[in-house]
Amino acid sequence: MEYKEIVEEAVRTLTINKLRTGLAMLGIIIGIGSVIALVSLGQGSQQSVSNQIESLGANLLTISPGSQQGGFIRGGAGSATTLTLDDANAIMSSSTVTDVSAVSPEYSRRAQVTAGSNNTNTSITGVEAIYASIHKVSVSEGQFISDNDNAKQAKVAVIGPTTASNLFNSNTDPVGQSIRIQGQAFKIIGVTVSKGGTGFGNADDVIYIPLSTAMNSLFGSVSVTSVVVQAKSSNVMNAAEDEVGYLLLDRHKISDPTQADFTIISQNDILSTVSSVTGTFTALLSGIAAISLIVGGIGIMNIMLVTVTERTREIGLRKALGAKKKDIIAQFLIESIILTFAGGVIGMMVGVAASFGISKVISLPFTIAISSIALAVGVSGAIGVIFGWYPAQKAANLQPIEALRYE
Amino acid sequence: MSSLISVSHVSKIYNTGEAETMALDDVSFNIEKGEFVAIMGPSGSGKSTLMHILGALDTPTSGTYILDGENVEKLTDDELAGIRNRKIGFVFQAFNLLPRTSALKNVTIPMMYAGIPKEKRLEIAEKYLKMVGLGDRMDHTTSQLSGGQQQRVAIARALSLNPSIILADEPTGNIASDQAEEVMAIFQKLNKEGHTIIMITHEPDIAEHAKRIIHIRDGKIVKDGNGHKQHLIA
Repeated sequence: MEYKEIVEEAVRTLTINKLRTGLAMLGIIIGIGSVIALVSLGQGSQQSVSNQIESLGANLLTISPGSQQGGFIRGGAGSATTLTLDDANAIMSSSTVTDVSAVSPEYSRRAQVTAGSNNTNTSITGVEAIYASIHKVSVSEGQFISDNDNAKQAKVAVIGPTTASNLFNSNTDPVGQSIRIQGQAFKIIGVTVSKGGTGFGNADDVIYIPLSTAMNSLFGSVSVTSVVVQAKSSNVMNAAEDEVGYLLLDRHKISDPTQADFTIISQNDILSTVSSVTGTFTALLSGIAAISLIVGGIGIMNIMLVTVTERTREIGLRKALGAKKKDIIAQFLIESIILTFAGGVIGMMVGVAASFGISKVISLPFTIAISSIALAVGVSGAIGVIFGWYPAQKAANLQPIEALRYE
Repeated sequence: MSSLISVSHVSKIYNTGEAETMALDDVSFNIEKGEFVAIMGPSGSGKSTLMHILGALDTPTSGTYILDGENVEKLTDDELAGIRNRKIGFVFQAFNLLPRTSALKNVTIPMMYAGIPKEKRLEIAEKYLKMVGLGDRMDHTTSQLSGGQQQRVAIARALSLNPSIILADEPTGNIASDQAEEVMAIFQKLNKEGHTIIMITHEPDIAEHAKRIIHIRDGKIVKDGNGHKQHLIA
């Protein structure tokens, strides 16, 4: 008996009772569909997050002052005042630091800002001109903070598009307008291009002012809140981290690296942390979807058992006419594999369509891994074998006389 | 030369929990090639059990059954399936055709399990359907055929692998009497052409069509004689 014929026969049998076949497949369709959609959306959001992090600049190391320790109270990281502008200049000029291409000292603090009758609370970041190239910030109109602005401690500001819309109505051009930060008047000289972030730490809701202005005139600080260092390439990130770390330890006269009064976080650390978080989330959701696949498989087993019972006389007849056990097993096993395989293929299409639709609606990048499709189709076939095996065995072991007598 | 069928000292005991039922009690007989034998008896006489053993659907508790040179009583399930496939053509009381399946396809089923290629199968099936007078109904499905026609499809199916014996179990039990005559005429024609036919029935006028009638009662052969004259042989 040729397999092509068994397959044709199975398809014919399955199309006789279309509603039952459809309902039996539905479990597999939902299971495979949700696994594909969730894995795809998980990968999409992972990619979206890494795109966003990379849009903030490539190959960056962020040095923050260590937490301040006094008695039993430990302040949060960044609260200390151990990192200075001199540290930043030392990194740039040191002969031992060879893998660093740019250094950007930054001072950041939240403050109340008013423009006419509007006001907002936003992040004020004191920067040097190099900030724009390191962090891939560009202005849509006007210009960014220049070295000249820093030298003169100019009272100028570049604002993010979200801040612009918070402070000005849409038909006012912010450039040339005046805003007050903690009561001091600043002239807006530029508006940045949107980076599309959301929530706290939104790269579009920010005001850039010259670092010297921020430290001396506005906040009166001798230390910076962070120094961002750009490595020459992604390959020398670790080397750059070491060079900068040992230089700062030396400058701060600390011999034990575990006692360092600063921390260095590389962008890769952040990326891998975020990836592992979204990865865990994706795995969790896929696990739940996989449970629905098992439920679908049990549905297939149930329907195959009903089919075997219904067709007891047919099985008896086939055995009387010379069908061996393997013929009967093949017939029923192929039927259940076709059920789950067809369900898997339909589920795959549903899953791809769903993840395409959802990623469009919530504007995530749409990604489909070939591996997840192959896995889904393979798994659906395997479910057919696993859950079809017992009913097929049951059919094959029927005694022909009893099966022929079955009413 | 040995007989086509040799049944010697065959007993069959059914053990249904507490009670043991002796369905066949030390039955022995031979059937030669080309015979047309009717096995008669009232219900509960053991004739169905005998038919199951002759049809290799069941094995005896004791005794030997040799069909066409093969000892059937020792075989495994799959080997029995092979014997049924190659050596026995079944005709059942309830026809047992596959529903929603054409007459042609029904006839090809034993050949499918015998591993005959599809084209050859259809060719053979067509030949036998024409022989039983259903050349114009080959594409009709089971439900589109009358009882007599369904039984003729079943006969074509039984013939398809040119078996050693045709084993008919109450072949006219479910069909109208005029159609029953047609079916019996086909059996007589097949017997004239050399086929060995064993028929189980409880209807005397149907049994009359056979050349030899074996009467069975309470698991034992009580009479074995000619069809028309009913001479007592043993």
